[in-house]
Amino acid sequence: MTFEIFLQMFPIALMFSAPIILTALGGLFSERSGIVNIALEGIMMVGAFTGATITVLLENSTPAAAWIGLLGGLLAGIVFSLLHAVASINLKADQVISGTALNILAGGLTVYLCQIIFHQQRTRAFSYGIKKLSVPGLSKIPVLGRMFFDQVYPTFYIAIAMVLLTWFVVYKTPLGLRMRACGEHPQAAASMGINVSKMRYFGVLVSGALGGLGGAVMVLTADIQYTLVSIHGTGFISLASLVFGRWNPFGVLGAGFFFGFSTALSFYAKDIPLLSGLPGEFFYILPYLLTIIALLFFAGKSVGPKAAGQIYESGER
Amino acid sequence: MSTRKEKIVLPLIAVLLGFLLGSLIVILTGRSPISMYAAIIKGFSGIDIINGQPINTRYIGEFIIQAMPIILTGLSFAFASRTGLFSIGAEGQLMIGSISATAVALLVQAPKAIHLPLVLLAAIAGGALWGAIPGFLKARYNVHEVVVTIMMNYIALHFNNYVILNIFGSVDRVKTAPFPETALLKSPFLESITRNSRLNWGFIPVLIAVLIFSFIINKTTFGFSLRAVGYNKDAARYAGIKVNRNIIASMAIAGAFAGLAGGVITVGTFNFGRVIQAAEGYGFDGIAVALVGGSEATGILLAGLLFGGLKAAQPLMQSQGIPREIAGIIQASIVLFVAMKYGIKMVLDKFERKQVPTTEGERV
Amino acid sequence: MSNIVEMLHITKDFPGIRANDDITLQVEERSIHALLGENGAGKSTLMSILFGLYQPDAGTIRIRGKEVKVSDPNVATALGIGMVHQHFKLVHNFTVTENIILGMEPRKGLLVDMRTAEQKVEDISKLYGLAVDPRSKIEEISVSMQQRVEILKMLYRDAEILIFDEPTAVLTPQEIHELMQIMRRLVEEGKTILLITHKLKEIKEVADVCSVLRRGKLVGTVPVADTDEERMAEMMVGRQVSFHVQKTLAKPGDVLLRVEGLNVKNQKGVLGVKNLSLSVRAGEILGLCGIDGNGQTELVQAITGLTKVESGRIFLRDIDITHLSIKERSDLGLGHIPEDRQKHGLVLDFTLGENFIIHNYYKEPFAHWGILNKKAILENAQRLIKEFDVRSGQGAITPARAMSGGNQQKAIVAREIDRSPDVFIVVQPTRGLDVGAIEYIHKRIIGERDKNKAILLVSLELDEIMDLSDRIAVIYNGEIVGIVDAAETNENELGLMMSGALHKAQEAAQTGREPAHV
Repeated sequence: MTFEIFLQMFPIALMFSAPIILTALGGLFSERSGIVNIALEGIMMVGAFTGATITVLLENSTPAAAWIGLLGGLLAGIVFSLLHAVASINLKADQVISGTALNILAGGLTVYLCQIIFHQQRTRAFSYGIKKLSVPGLSKIPVLGRMFFDQVYPTFYIAIAMVLLTWFVVYKTPLGLRMRACGEHPQAAASMGINVSKMRYFGVLVSGALGGLGGAVMVLTADIQYTLVSIHGTGFISLASLVFGRWNPFGVLGAGFFFGFSTALSFYAKDIPLLSGLPGEFFYILPYLLTIIALLFFAGKSVGPKAAGQIYESGER
Repeated sequence: MSTRKEKIVLPLIAVLLGFLLGSLIVILTGRSPISMYAAIIKGFSGIDIINGQPINTRYIGEFIIQAMPIILTGLSFAFASRTGLFSIGAEGQLMIGSISATAVALLVQAPKAIHLPLVLLAAIAGGALWGAIPGFLKARYNVHEVVVTIMMNYIALHFNNYVILNIFGSVDRVKTAPFPETALLKSPFLESITRNSRLNWGFIPVLIAVLIFSFIINKTTFGFSLRAVGYNKDAARYAGIKVNRNIIASMAIAGAFAGLAGGVITVGTFNFGRVIQAAEGYGFDGIAVALVGGSEATGILLAGLLFGGLKAAQPLMQSQGIPREIAGIIQASIVLFVAMKYGIKMVLDKFERKQVPTTEGERV
Repeated sequence: MSNIVEMLHITKDFPGIRANDDITLQVEERSIHALLGENGAGKSTLMSILFGLYQPDAGTIRIRGKEVKVSDPNVATALGIGMVHQHFKLVHNFTVTENIILGMEPRKGLLVDMRTAEQKVEDISKLYGLAVDPRSKIEEISVSMQQRVEILKMLYRDAEILIFDEPTAVLTPQEIHELMQIMRRLVEEGKTILLITHKLKEIKEVADVCSVLRRGKLVGTVPVADTDEERMAEMMVGRQVSFHVQKTLAKPGDVLLRVEGLNVKNQKGVLGVKNLSLSVRAGEILGLCGIDGNGQTELVQAITGLTKVESGRIFLRDIDITHLSIKERSDLGLGHIPEDRQKHGLVLDFTLGENFIIHNYYKEPFAHWGILNKKAILENAQRLIKEFDVRSGQGAITPARAMSGGNQQKAIVAREIDRSPDVFIVVQPTRGLDVGAIEYIHKRIIGERDKNKAILLVSLELDEIMDLSDRIAVIYNGEIVGIVDAAETNENELGLMMSGALHKAQEAAQTGREPAHV
C-alpha cells in the first residue's frame, strides 16, 4: 500500500468512523444501564431520515440547515428510543424482540414518511450536507495534519468529544456509578434507593440521542439523501464495536475507527496493488467477516454488564 | 388466565393493537383507513368492497405465493427459538438457499422428477450449512448467535451477488438466464384455477415443512432434547443431553427451513437467479410470523397467511394513495405488542382480579 | 426502655396466599429481637414491609412511637431502618466503597469524592471492629467480608434499626461467632437488631426476645432467657420435632466411588480442587462439609462429568470414569441430586412427567424408534407421584414451575432414587425446605444407604452433615483437610477444619482399611 493512498484514505476512514463511534457510545449507555439495544440500526435510520429531511427542507433558508438536521436527528432518535424504553422497562418486553421490532418499524416508518413528504421512496437529495473543514495551523503539521486536520468532517471531532464526555459521565460522576450499578445488579441498586427504571430510561434515551445523531451524521457526510439502504447495517456494526470495545468508551473509539477504516478500504482497494485483484464484494463482506473473527477472538472473555438483557422485576415475588 | 388461553388471546390482542396503530398513522398522515382495509380485503380475496367486485381466485393465488416463504422463515426462527436460540439469520440462509437452487437449476440437466427435487434439496442443504455455521460458533466458542447471524446475512448478500455476477453470468447485471422448465415448480393447472396467478406447487413443500416441524418438536425424542436445551441448557446438560450437538443441529434445521424458502422463491416465484440490492425482509417477516404464531406449527401457518395477505395488499394500498410501507409498520407494531406480552398480561390479570376477589390459597 | 419499632395488626396478601395475617410485633430499643419461622412462614415478608419493599394490606407501623408509612426503602432509610439481605445485594465488580456509597455519594463538584468516601468507610469499619478494606473489589473478598460490607452500608446511612435476614447461612461456626460479637457490639453502640432466622441455637446465643411465626401468623413472643430450643422448635413447627435423624449403624461394604489425586479448575481458571482423594463405600454416607466456594461444586461437577478434570482419576466401582460423558456415567450407575434444583435439577417449563424422564427419554418404554410414547411417560409419572408423594396441581401434566420448592425437590429425589444408582451424589438436598419435607428427604437418603448404596452428601448445613453422615470429610481451599468419624467429632472441631485452622490425618480415607467405627 502506498503511503499517499493511506493519507488520502484517512479522512474517509474518519468520516465512516464518526457515526459508528457515536452510535456505539449510545449502545454503551443503554447496555451499561442494563438494556440491550439492537434497535441501534433502526434508531440510526430514524435519525438519518430526520437529518436528511430537515436539511433538504431548510437548506434554502439557512446555511446551518445540516447542523439543525443533526440536532433533529438526535431528537428523533430520543423519541424513537422511547418506544424501546417503554416496551422493555415498563412492559417487560424481551429486549431483543423489541429491538428487532423497532428495526423493522424504522424501515417502514421512514420510507412511509418519505412517500408522504416527498412522494417517492427516499428523501430529496440535499445540495450540501456537513461541510469539511481544515483546522488552521494544525493541518500544516506534516503527515498528522493530513491525517486528522485537513479536509476532515468536523463530525469526527464531535465523536471524539463524546468519547471523553462518556468516559467522564460513566466513570467519574454519581450518575455513572448509579447507572452502572443498574446494569450489573439492579436489585442492589434498588435496595440503595436508586430508581432503576429512571436510570434505564436515561441509558436508553441517551442511546437514542447518540444513535439518532450517528444516523444523521452518516447520511449528512457519506450520502446525498436518505434511502432505505442509507444505514445498511452500520447500527449492527456499532453494536459489534461496543462488544470489541468491551463496553469501554476508549475501546469503542478504537473499534469504531477500525471498522471505519475497513469500510474506507473497500473504496480504495482498487488503487492498492496487493488488493486490486480482489472482487469488490470481498470488501463489502470484510467488515462483517472481521466482526465474526473478532467475536471469536474475544470468545469467552466477554465482559458485558451482567444484568443487560434480563427483565427486571421490582418485587421479588 | 391459563397458559393455553394466553397463547391464543395475547397474539390476537397484539394483532388488533397493531392494526389500530397502523390505522392511527394512516389517519394522522391524512389518508383514509377505510381504503387501507378495503385494499387488505381485496389482497386476501379479490373482493372489492368499494367497486363491488366478487371473489377473485387470482388474488388468493397471489397472497398464498406471498405467504409461502415467510411461513418457512417463520418455521426457521421458531425452530431455533425452541432450542433457546435467537436466530436473525433466516434472511441470509434464504439467500444461500436461493443461490444453491440457482446452481443446480442451471448446471444440472435431468428430467423434472429428478431435477426439481434436486433443486429443492440443494436449497435445503445450502440453508442448513449456512445455519450450522453460527450454530457451531455458538456451541464451540459461545459466540452470541444474534450478532453472528446478522453478520452472516450481509455476507450472504454480497456472496450471492458475487456468484450471480461472476460465476453464473448475467446479461443485465440483475439476473441470470431463465431456468429450464425441469427445474420449476410452475403449474399450469394451479395457474388456470387461479386466473393466471403465479401460484405453483411450492405450497406442497411448505405444508410438508409445517408438518415436519410439528412432528419433530412434539413427537420425537430429538424434539424432546431440543426443547430441554431451549428451556434450560444447564438442566439438559446435567441430564446427559449433548447440548452443543443440539444447538448445531437446531441451527442447521432452522437454516434448512429458510434455505427451502429460498428454493421455493427462486424456482417458484422468479424462475431465475437474481442480484439482491438489500435484504428483502423475508427473515424479519419470519420473526414476526413465528412470534405471532407462538412458535407452534399451526400458529405459524396462520400468522404466515395473515402477513402474506398483508404483503399482497401492499401494491393495492399504494394505488389507493396509501404508502405501501404501512404494511411493514403494522407488522412491526404487532411484533412490538407481542414482545410486550408480559405487560399486556399484567393489564389483563389486573382486570380479571378485579372481578374475582382473592381468597386465601392453600399451598400444595 | 421503650419500643422503637411497633408493627400492629399487619396483614399482607399475595396472589393465592396470605403471607402475613394480623401480625403484631413490638421491638424494644437496644435489643436483639429474633424472628423465628420456617421457610414461607412470613418472616421475610414482614421485614420487607418494615423496610418498605412491600406495602401492607392492613395494619400500621410505628417507629419511636410515631405512626409512619414506609412507602419505599428510601423512607425506611430516612427512618433509620437498614437491612442486610440474605442474598447480598452487592455489585461484584465495584469496590467496597463504591457499593457502600451507591445512591448517597459524597460529591466534589460534579465528581464523586472517592477519597472522602473511602475515609468515612474506613472510620466506621474501625469503630465497629469490622476490618474491611474500602478499596477491595467485592469479587476479591470472602463471603463473610461481603456480609460486613452489607452491614457497613447500613451504618454509612446512620441506620439505628438493623434487620439481618438469615445472616449465618453462609458462615462457618467461627465466623458465626464473630458475627454474634459484632451484633453485640452494635447493640452496645445503641443500635437495635431484628434477626430473621430458623436456627434455634443462634437465637439462644444472641437474642433477647424471640417472636415465632407459622404460616403467616404470629404464634407468640417469648423472652429467650425463659425458654429452650425444644419449646421454640415446637412453636415454629406446630408439633414436637425430633432433632436427630433415626438411623442404625452403617455396614460399609466395598468401595464404590474412588477419587484419586483429582485436580479441577474452577470458573476463574485456577485450581478449585487440588490433589483431592477420597472414597465412599457401599452402605455408607460420606458427608462433605466446608464453607461455600471451597471446591465442593468443582468436585461434584468433576465426578458427575459436568466439568473436565485437569488430572487425577475417578473410579465408579472399578471402572475409570474420568473421561466418560455425563450420560455414560449415569448409565453406569451414578446418581446426582444437584445443588441448584431450578438450574440443574429441573426444566421448569417441562411438565412433571417430562422431568421424570429427562435421563431416559430416548429409552424404552418412553420412546420407540425415536418417537415418544406419551402413555408410558404418563404411567411412569403417576407411579412416581404416588410412591414419593409428590404433590402438584394437575399431576403429571403440571409444569414444574407451578410446584412448590419442596415438591420440586421431592420430584428430583423421586427421579434419582427410582433410577437406583449405586453411587449417589447428593448436594444440598434440603435447602429452603420446611421441616416436614426435610424429614422425608433425610429418611429416603438413609433408606438408600441401607440398600447398600454409596452416598456422597455435600451440604453447607453443618447440622445436616452431622445428622446424616457416617464419616465426614472437610474440604478447605480445594483440599480435604480431614476425614473424621461422625460419631466422634463435634461442631467446633469441624468448624476449625472448615476454616483451615486444623488438619486431621486422613484416617480410613483410603481403601483397604475398615472405617474406625465399624
